[in-house]
Amino acid sequence: MTLALYHPVPSPVHRAPAGLKLLVLAALGVLLFVVPRLYLVGGALAGVLAVGLGLGGLPVRVLWAQVRPVLIWLAALFVVHLLVTDAATGALAVSRLLTLVLAAAVVTATSRVTELVDVVERICSPLRWVGVRPARIGLVIAMTLRFIPLIAERAARIREAQAARGGARRLTVLVVPLLVQVLQMAHTTAEALDARGADDEPLPRRRRRDR
Amino acid sequence: MTGWRRRGTPAAVAAAVPRTAIEVRRVGHAYGERPVLHDVTLTLAEHRIGVIGGNGSGKSTFARLLNGLVLPTEGQVLVDGLDTRTDLRAVRRRVGFVFQDPDAQIVHPTVAEDVAFGLQNQGVPAEERAVRVAEVLDRYGLAGHADHPAHLLSGGQKQLLAIAGVLVMRPLRVVFDEPTTLLDLANKRRIARVVAELEQDVVVVTHDLDLLAGFDRVVVFAAGRVVADGPPAESVAAYLASMA
Amino acid sequence: MKTRDLAYVALFAALVAVLGLVPPVPVAGFPVPITAQTLGVMLAGSVLGARRGGLALLVFLAVVAVGAPVLSGGRGGLSVFAGPTAGFLYSWPVAAFVVGALTQLTWRRFNLAWSLLANLAGGVVVIYAIAIPLTTFFADVSLATSFTSSMTFVPGDIVKGVLASVVAVAVHKAYPVIELPARRRPVTG
Repeated sequence: MTLALYHPVPSPVHRAPAGLKLLVLAALGVLLFVVPRLYLVGGALAGVLAVGLGLGGLPVRVLWAQVRPVLIWLAALFVVHLLVTDAATGALAVSRLLTLVLAAAVVTATSRVTELVDVVERICSPLRWVGVRPARIGLVIAMTLRFIPLIAERAARIREAQAARGGARRLTVLVVPLLVQVLQMAHTTAEALDARGADDEPLPRRRRRDR
Repeated sequence: MTGWRRRGTPAAVAAAVPRTAIEVRRVGHAYGERPVLHDVTLTLAEHRIGVIGGNGSGKSTFARLLNGLVLPTEGQVLVDGLDTRTDLRAVRRRVGFVFQDPDAQIVHPTVAEDVAFGLQNQGVPAEERAVRVAEVLDRYGLAGHADHPAHLLSGGQKQLLAIAGVLVMRPLRVVFDEPTTLLDLANKRRIARVVAELEQDVVVVTHDLDLLAGFDRVVVFAAGRVVADGPPAESVAAYLASMA
Repeated sequence: MKTRDLAYVALFAALVAVLGLVPPVPVAGFPVPITAQTLGVMLAGSVLGARRGGLALLVFLAVVAVGAPVLSGGRGGLSVFAGPTAGFLYSWPVAAFVVGALTQLTWRRFNLAWSLLANLAGGVVVIYAIAIPLTTFFADVSLATSFTSSMTFVPGDIVKGVLASVVAVAVHKAYPVIELPARRRPVTG
């Protein structure tokens, strides 16, 4: 299982700072909801495709892969609008969502995970004032990314073991043993974090304790 | 020991304390109501020490006492005179710890990032970090995997990565808790070679008696007590006799 | 936060992600497929408590945002936060927090009934209370439409709530994580 929707090709869109791309994405989202005009949405859609496929050099299939899961939903949404409002409102709602989904897909495909994690850390830096260390947030995200394939593997192993004994594919018989393994892993991982100094004071000055 | 030390030793002083021995003094430990160690007193000064014993004998808890992952409910553990209770951070910098299951101790998605983790915690600057990480990856044959996802490594490589992540922090001693239990024969030998070549003092808890070849001393635990302690041949013989 | 808490948060965020990989059960109609993922939301709150449970789901969303395709059906990236089902995502951290808060509140006399209350109130009521208005906004449909279409998933969610409660009670007995101090799992060997 790969954990990357990043598509590496050299392009100015890839080189642009991830923070900037996120900012543009957020602004676009606000704009399209505040000014619900079909021509604006259409223009934005064309713009997003131009930036992603043209300037960003992304292959169509990369964007398609992210849009495809949403399509059924968009179709259903359009039908609902036909029934309860009208085609124009439906077209606007559908194209607006499609545009935002595509724009977000472009940001995701052109930004490295580490860059985005850095942005998350930066966004969270005001939390320092309430006692949260932003570096810790980065660590927890990294740990989660690390443990997803591991837990997925354990889940697959549990399923195999149960299949070998002719067990049913029920959710209960997967969740309970998996949860037990996760709790045990948390115990060892906490020890490992301590052993490697994760609870050390961050630089610059070592604090004296109990003095 | 002295009173000022019990209140915690300043880091600068702790760093300057020379390597002498780990002293375990009349240590008892219990998890809630369940006692696991009784009145253990040992001085660990040899270069390579093995710890063996059956399941539930208390040897894993004993290993965790040595770098303060577990604090004794009775008695005292001193690492070069530093008490694990009051000088925990200084002790952990001196004593690295390698776990049985590398999967639970690798915390970053890619190999190089994970090795750098401990150095980051110590506040080592980025340039020095990069140099030290590259060096240690090279030594353990992981240089080609620096940017690979850790979960794609083989079991043996994962254990090497776990060891690299500890050694990059340059501890004076390394405690291994069953480092070869989950490995196949070839990888067991590989890890045994790595352990044998370490310049650090090592304490190895294991069921794998082959790993103890060339060790200076082997301690045998049973039911939370030391039941044999001496040269490997004698201790292993006593252990095997007790299992028979 | 102690390192132990960091480990719990990260591992439960990962657990929620893995539960998203369990193939979803499609339901005809308004298509938010029934997945095991909301079961993860309830378990995070039930097992970790309010603060750590809520944080686990925030971290999960962060991991989705940075591009991990770990939402049910292999979706991920920033696009899902603008997508039609975004309302549900936003509700999850709050839901886990509420499940956790109710669990902690009743911890001393915790049993299946209390657990059910916590999981249904937090894991079902809170989720829909947040998701329905947000869906209304994102998809520009009426509140009534959004409400009726969402109701098709409630039976599945109740089943998950019951399952989460059974598991929570077992964990409460065997391996209490909430109110952890002084009790540690013994190390074998």
